[in-house]
Amino acid sequence: MHTEPGSPLLYAEGITKSYGQQHVLRSTDFSVREGEVKAILGRSGSGKSTLLRCTALLELPDSGNIWFKGAKLGKKPDSDRWLRETQLARQRREIGMVFQRFNLFPHLTALENVGIGPRTIQGVGADECAERAMAELKHVDMAQCAGKYPQELSGGQQQRVAIARALVMNPKVMLFDEPTSALDPELVGGVLKVMERLASEGMTMVVVTHEVRFARHVADTVVMFHEGRIVEEATPEEFFDDPKSDATRQFLKHVI
Amino acid sequence: MSFDTNLFWDSLFSREFANGALLAIVVALIAQAGGIVIGFLLALIRMNKVPVLSHIAWFYIWILRALPTLLVLLIVWNAFPQFIPSMKDPWFTPFIAACIGLGFQEGAYMSEILRSALSAVDEGQNTAARALGMTPIQSMRRVLIPQMIRVAIPPTSNEFINMIKYTSLASVIALQELLTRAQVQVASTFRYAEYYAAAAVYYLVIVSVLTIAQSRLEKRYLWTSRQPHVTTPVETETP
Repeated sequence: MHTEPGSPLLYAEGITKSYGQQHVLRSTDFSVREGEVKAILGRSGSGKSTLLRCTALLELPDSGNIWFKGAKLGKKPDSDRWLRETQLARQRREIGMVFQRFNLFPHLTALENVGIGPRTIQGVGADECAERAMAELKHVDMAQCAGKYPQELSGGQQQRVAIARALVMNPKVMLFDEPTSALDPELVGGVLKVMERLASEGMTMVVVTHEVRFARHVADTVVMFHEGRIVEEATPEEFFDDPKSDATRQFLKHVI
Repeated sequence: MSFDTNLFWDSLFSREFANGALLAIVVALIAQAGGIVIGFLLALIRMNKVPVLSHIAWFYIWILRALPTLLVLLIVWNAFPQFIPSMKDPWFTPFIAACIGLGFQEGAYMSEILRSALSAVDEGQNTAARALGMTPIQSMRRVLIPQMIRVAIPPTSNEFINMIKYTSLASVIALQELLTRAQVQVASTFRYAEYYAAAAVYYLVIVSVLTIAQSRLEKRYLWTSRQPHVTTPVETETP
């Protein structure tokens, strides 16, 4: 079992996922330790987003297991069948997810977007929800926009609210699916700043990104994803200065 | 024979007409509410492709969209009691028959409206709700339905306005609604224009009020902070 100290907080083991004839993940192994910031690079369509969505139980792998805090995630300990949606929902609460397109709830203000999780899922009272939501909005530098609706916010502001919405649930790990890819270049900085802050506070983070700067300067480990598999995993220095795999070299040639 | 203004005013403010209009509104409200509930269930069944039930839902919608409303009302009022003896009892009034007939048919129309409204909500919304840890019911209630309502308001308002007018068809099953009241007066006096005009005024007023209500409702679903309503006490604490 994966309970010994130093073992990964989250460990995906032999994950495969296909859509029809298209094999997106081919027996992928992936892990992240507590407090680690892991950046996943790779071309579009290489399967990195699918891996993230499988890890968050938003999609169920065709085969493989996900271990979280030493226990099987999404399955009963002695079974290989996935739990039902209502039971999966409970297990997703400790895993925060941030999406490329923010996916804020347009009918709720920024404050309500952040508060709806504790309110609906944890059954926390309205006042305490507003308080916790406000604290998280301050955390992402968005307190001044608490009463605004998503359509009144810039993309960068929406993404920061979305980060607060995930944080308020006190997740053990935060998964970011290309958090800055849908943003205008001048808005990327504010979001990356918030993510750096989280990293420095010791949050465990998995970031699928195209931001090479973030991967180099913030991540502890950088992973190269290619055709549904991890082909290289190294410290940022090694990864960028002395890449071992062809896929990484090819990729770096295009992005730098 | 010219237009008798006094007769027009008398009938406009008569108890019969006012009661008839009230009855039309009540029947329409009940039938529309029933239609929305039935329509929502049908939409969910069909969107989730529930085995067996989705075929039944499809059949239901097919039948009730095909039949003229007048025929549906006649079937409910006259034909149902032939098979269900308890419907011959006094509880089964034209009022109940009209609510059932109109409501069941409305369910078929509303299911299409609500199905398209639900599929108009961005898929990422449900994904985000699931990622937070919401169960399907929580996501439906807190995230999807509010957004679905916004899309569904204009067509549903249309349906309700139509429903007000469809209640006049219930005159064939002797429901004492607005048009029936007018017809009764016409039959006893052989004056048409005055009574029809009075009935027309009622319909105009009802539909005008509904139109205003609709635009009020749509404004509430604009989701901007420039609306006077939503203010939370916490907001004011921030510099």
